[in-house]
Amino acid sequence: MTTLERVVGLVGRLGAPVVDAAVGLGAATRFFLSVLAASTSCLRRPRLVVRELYFIGVLSLAIILVSALFVGMVLGLQMYDTLVRFGSEDIVGMVVALALVRELGPVLSALLISSRAGSAVTAEIGLMKATEQLSAMEMMAVPPVARVVAPRFWAGVLAVPLLTAIFDVVGIFGGWLVAVPLLGVDDGTFWSQMRAAVDFRLDVVNGLIKSLWFGVAILFIAVHQGFHAEPTAEGVSRATTRTVVRSALVVLGLDFVLTAFMFRGFEGMG
Amino acid sequence: MRRQLLDFWVGLFVAAGIAALVFLALEVADLTHLGWRGGERYQVEAEFSNIGGLKVRAPVKSAGVTVGRVAAIGYDPQIHKAVVRLEIDGRYRFPADSSLSILTSGLLGEQYVGIQPGADTETWQDGDRVWLTSSALVLENLVGEFLLGRGGGGDGAR
Repeated sequence: MTTLERVVGLVGRLGAPVVDAAVGLGAATRFFLSVLAASTSCLRRPRLVVRELYFIGVLSLAIILVSALFVGMVLGLQMYDTLVRFGSEDIVGMVVALALVRELGPVLSALLISSRAGSAVTAEIGLMKATEQLSAMEMMAVPPVARVVAPRFWAGVLAVPLLTAIFDVVGIFGGWLVAVPLLGVDDGTFWSQMRAAVDFRLDVVNGLIKSLWFGVAILFIAVHQGFHAEPTAEGVSRATTRTVVRSALVVLGLDFVLTAFMFRGFEGMG
Repeated sequence: MRRQLLDFWVGLFVAAGIAALVFLALEVADLTHLGWRGGERYQVEAEFSNIGGLKVRAPVKSAGVTVGRVAAIGYDPQIHKAVVRLEIDGRYRFPADSSLSILTSGLLGEQYVGIQPGADTETWQDGDRVWLTSSALVLENLVGEFLLGRGGGGDGAR
């Protein structure tokens, strides 16, 4: 009898986290659907989205511009240093552009935006919950998901691909700055090698599709964590931390999955 | 005023993002260059006994100018040959007796399909099959032939 109870307890301890994870996933999915269902409010009141676009997009510009410039510059420097050993420093433009457009642009901007804007969104919504502003809205028959959550979500989903495109361009400019004026790669070769190698559909569009999914993931994590934060100072701080950590993990994991789907090696096999 | 300023910044941000997209499309990916503007294209299939390291999307060139892309690569088990489908810009027509070869740009560069125009008055049509092809140079075979050839020559001189 006691052994039976012990076995049941052990198996139960194994099962509890699985059940909890499934319940959490189900709750998150329902919340996601409710955000989508409440999204018509964004069309009826576009001002709400514009305001959030300012906080998520415009205020993230500075960090995106500076990081992109330095990432592009260091990429140009490192690639030149390696390629010059094989006498192929001409393709530095192509390497910088491909690396930025395919991977570094979408992933780095997503990570930067999640720590710059995602955490702010979580803290804002969490604090609104802690100070009972969300309950007050509900009292006044203003649904908080439509009024607070959906505009932030859609503004972020719009802002992330735009910021990624800006990141790509500024990064390529940074690579050019190092390669052409500083290290003496020919200007024409830099651009022509890049143009010959970068494909619009397979590189640029796929990179932007990636960043769109990153935007959905980051902003959903941010609003979800904020909306379901424990309404205390400690709870909000924990939710903010969770947003940054989970966004980073989800972005990197999602990046692998999306890249595997888009990988051009599979196309030749058909 | 406050609202106008906010609108201004958001407008500037969206405009910068769209400008960056256009720059990526036109300057980085060179979208204007081939085919993507809805230009007319046609496809021909070519049989090669060895394609070496040819990849899908490799350029098709004639006289050094890119006139198309490799659309697909397959294997025909009936004739035991590789079948390469080429997508060529409709502005360029090639005589029906033109020949194809797989060339390498530079010693270690990418492989591409070269077209040597023939003299026929008829031109390739969509869906044509091309038999007049020469295979890719495989470096290992070349080295092997070179070594054997030299060995044979040495024997003959003795």
